[in-house]
Amino acid sequence: MLTAAETGQFESFRPKRFAQRYGLDPFLSLMLLLTSCFGLVVLYSASGQSEYMVFRQGMHVLVGLCLMALLSQVRREVIVQLTPVVFLVALVLLVAVLLFGVGAKGAQRWLDLPGLPRFQPSELMKLALPAMVAWWLTRHPLPPRYSHLLIAAVMLVIPVGLIAKQPDLGTSIIIAGSGFFVIFLAGLSWRILGLLCAAGLAALPVLWGVMHDYQRARVLTLLDPQSDPLGAGWNTIQAMTALGSGGLLGKGYAEGTQAQLKFLPESHTDFIVAVIGEELGFLGICLLLVMYGLIIGRCLLLTSRAEGHFGRLLCGSITLTFFVYVFVNLGMVSGVLPVVGVPLPLISYGGTSVVSLLVGFGLMMAMQRTNRVLSGDSS
Amino acid sequence: MELRTGIRERQLIGQRVAIAGFGVAILLSLLVVRLSWLQLVEHERFVTASEANRLQTLPVPPARGQILDRNGVVLAENTPRLQLSVIPEESDDLTQLVAEVQARIPLSDDEVRAFEASLKARRRPREPVVIRDELTDEEAARLAVDAFLFPELRLQASPRRYYPYGGLTAHSLGYVGRLALEELKDIDERRYAGTQMIGKLGIERAYEEALLGQVGIERVETSARGQIMRTVDRQDPVPGDDIPVYLDIGLQAKLYDILGDRRGAIVALDPATGGLLALVSAPSFDANVFTGGVSSRLYRALQNDRDTPLFNRALRGQYPPGSTIKPMMGLVGLHYGAVTWQTRINDRGFYQLPGIEHKYRDWKRWGHGQVDMDKAVIESCDTYFYEMAVRLGIDELSAGMAPFGFGRRQGPDVIGDVAGILPSREWKRKDRREAWYLGETVIAGIGQGYWVTTPLQLATATNVMARRGSFVEPHFAVREDLEQGVRVNLGTSNDWERMIDAMEAVMHSESGTARASGQKISYRIAGKTGTAQVVAIAQDAEYDEDAIDERFRDHALFVGFAPADAPSMVLAIIVENGGSGGSTGGPIAREIFDYWILDRNEGATPPDLEFVEDVNTRVIARTYADGG
Repeated sequence: MLTAAETGQFESFRPKRFAQRYGLDPFLSLMLLLTSCFGLVVLYSASGQSEYMVFRQGMHVLVGLCLMALLSQVRREVIVQLTPVVFLVALVLLVAVLLFGVGAKGAQRWLDLPGLPRFQPSELMKLALPAMVAWWLTRHPLPPRYSHLLIAAVMLVIPVGLIAKQPDLGTSIIIAGSGFFVIFLAGLSWRILGLLCAAGLAALPVLWGVMHDYQRARVLTLLDPQSDPLGAGWNTIQAMTALGSGGLLGKGYAEGTQAQLKFLPESHTDFIVAVIGEELGFLGICLLLVMYGLIIGRCLLLTSRAEGHFGRLLCGSITLTFFVYVFVNLGMVSGVLPVVGVPLPLISYGGTSVVSLLVGFGLMMAMQRTNRVLSGDSS
Repeated sequence: MELRTGIRERQLIGQRVAIAGFGVAILLSLLVVRLSWLQLVEHERFVTASEANRLQTLPVPPARGQILDRNGVVLAENTPRLQLSVIPEESDDLTQLVAEVQARIPLSDDEVRAFEASLKARRRPREPVVIRDELTDEEAARLAVDAFLFPELRLQASPRRYYPYGGLTAHSLGYVGRLALEELKDIDERRYAGTQMIGKLGIERAYEEALLGQVGIERVETSARGQIMRTVDRQDPVPGDDIPVYLDIGLQAKLYDILGDRRGAIVALDPATGGLLALVSAPSFDANVFTGGVSSRLYRALQNDRDTPLFNRALRGQYPPGSTIKPMMGLVGLHYGAVTWQTRINDRGFYQLPGIEHKYRDWKRWGHGQVDMDKAVIESCDTYFYEMAVRLGIDELSAGMAPFGFGRRQGPDVIGDVAGILPSREWKRKDRREAWYLGETVIAGIGQGYWVTTPLQLATATNVMARRGSFVEPHFAVREDLEQGVRVNLGTSNDWERMIDAMEAVMHSESGTARASGQKISYRIAGKTGTAQVVAIAQDAEYDEDAIDERFRDHALFVGFAPADAPSMVLAIIVENGGSGGSTGGPIAREIFDYWILDRNEGATPPDLEFVEDVNTRVIARTYADGG
């Protein structure tokens, strides 16, 4: 089919129609843009009025949006075919990180390959793993059989183990979750789910045994933040103080004493929601939660509309993973979950996070049954 | 079949997605519940916590009062300085920190050592420890650039106590020093919040209470790293009172100038008030080395100096008063009827107790011949006073001398002086657990034996002579209420006048022991010389000044006042190993009286500050020469 311009037919330009026709979901795109802009506004305050940081983050958002638009044009079949390759590459890179990775504070997370910008292979794995599990499970009838589940579990455990070894507990949990969601959506039987939960509970003491000291401290702090108020409890106490002192309406934009006087740690990255809570109050956070809710709701709709089982499983997993980010981050900042390094999606400062999130949304859009400019697909 | 399976599978996924959506909704509401609990229910509690985080109450130290001399010349003031210190509790690695500081400003080995030493010393919790006492503007700027890297460092303006004439005033003003932990129990710690210095000696210590002032309070907003962002409110401190003192810095300089390299002490009193016009102990030191944390090397050099510049001879030096007490002793003898003005004795050059071989020698080997009281004072006849003391007895001797202030500490605002010893039967029993011997009474008659006095005591006692029988405590600070004095009930006013006439004759008559210093003069001096033995001379041995080591030579003493009939200054002079009082003390006294009465019109003419500074420079040169 020819485009409107090529056919010479004059049609008034309507963004919604345009986006619909060419695969960019208009509602989701708008919400992502709004949320990112909200993030930039908050970042300006949280970074201590650093225009440089806002500019950098803005550039990352822009890059992410472009990649999202680009990816939304890729044909579904191409993505399905490439999945095993990408997964294997990501796996190799993860091994490479353990061998020659660089990093700070005792964690090796980055790969510094000549000729490439420094990056974290675990980010690639965030999308490669659920895609791979979806690829594997949809090759067979659903719900999956035990033998297939076992192989899916192996696919999941190897990269998660490699990332946990960096150590990067937050990311490994998120990636494990994204793989698990695929299996869950593919129809994992409730019996196995129950057994897994029971096994998980039983394994807790073992997990406690292999945890690092600082990780244990974080868990203990959650139970009693006042046990070490200047050490492990500091972050949680200061974040809760910031949120609580914000009240309903907040102290005003860029007026939060906890954030501006630097009592709040990591105020522009992992704990940025405390800045929102302190300066914009309960209403500010609710506004953010509404935006997240709309994004997740739209994504769930897109999941059910997606083309093919692979597409649906992948979309569902990406959506739920996105939600896990939101939930874990807010839970950690508000003191109901232990402190793990999980950024607030689309808001926290950090280029890798926002780009990989938007790439994920691009993949979701690619799974939709629409026209594509690049692929020339005309279904 | 294939299609049906597809539909079933699609339904399965749809079902699961719905379940997941349901889970998402539940978890999101849980978050909202948690947030509303934090932000709405517990709001007040967290507001309090965040205010406590933000606001800090800081003490604002008051400016210490100044010390002014009688003409209003500033003797102690506060000068601005920038100090670099660290709160050790906030630093993880102090060695690393010192290295970082050293990378930016030069630190001498001495400063690093001093810093390490003060780290080890006991101090108040969270008390800053000084790294560099005084920064130049350039150094401060270089540190300020990187200040955010080292929040534990404190770069603060902390006024420094400065003594413009530190060498001249060290022994009278004393100095301030770092507040030591042991001193905390004696003070109200809240008043010293933010103040690191406390008066350690002298006037600085005596008037600590008034000089200190009242601490102010400042509430500031601080960042998590302790940096002060802004002041929220402030209650200003009340500066300490200025303390005017009787000291005359011009006179003080003159005295140091006259003493030169000699060791000794001079005390000058205002007879009317007992005010200390000058208090000199030579050699001296620069008091300013103590206000900024003295380097250990300099301190050791000062301590080990054989001439003991840190030792306050005027207040703590204990010297036998020797013949200087003879006029007072004479009044005591007259009062208790041991002698009359007419009593004569025959001096053959020595005195012997009945039935005892030992000869108590007169300073004049062949004796003074026929001696009455006037001649005994004028020529300082020892034999007369040996005899008189024996007739008087030790009990009445010490009872009669006590009202002059001997044997006890002086003055309410004199810090650190010693009591000396006025010998008595009682004292010896208590202190030495021994009985009193008659022979000891004999030598007490000429101010020798157990009897030791400080130069300040000698001046105070001589002031009783100048005031014709009225005792006043010596004091530094100017007092509004004029001192009435305590009557010393010894003899009649005629006795006092006649004794003062004898003291004048010491200076101005042909036989006076200080006649050389009393010639060609437009006013009259009443004086008395004295010579204090440093080593005992063997029986029948001759004291030969040239033959013995300088350090074993006699101390030269002089006391006196002028003008004799209406005194404006009382002097007590001790020159260590200076030889005889007449030949050394007399000329010094004459020069001082000339300066005070003729050049300065009794202190009314303002001092020549250029001269003062010049003398001060000479006096403190020694401090740094030793330390360097």
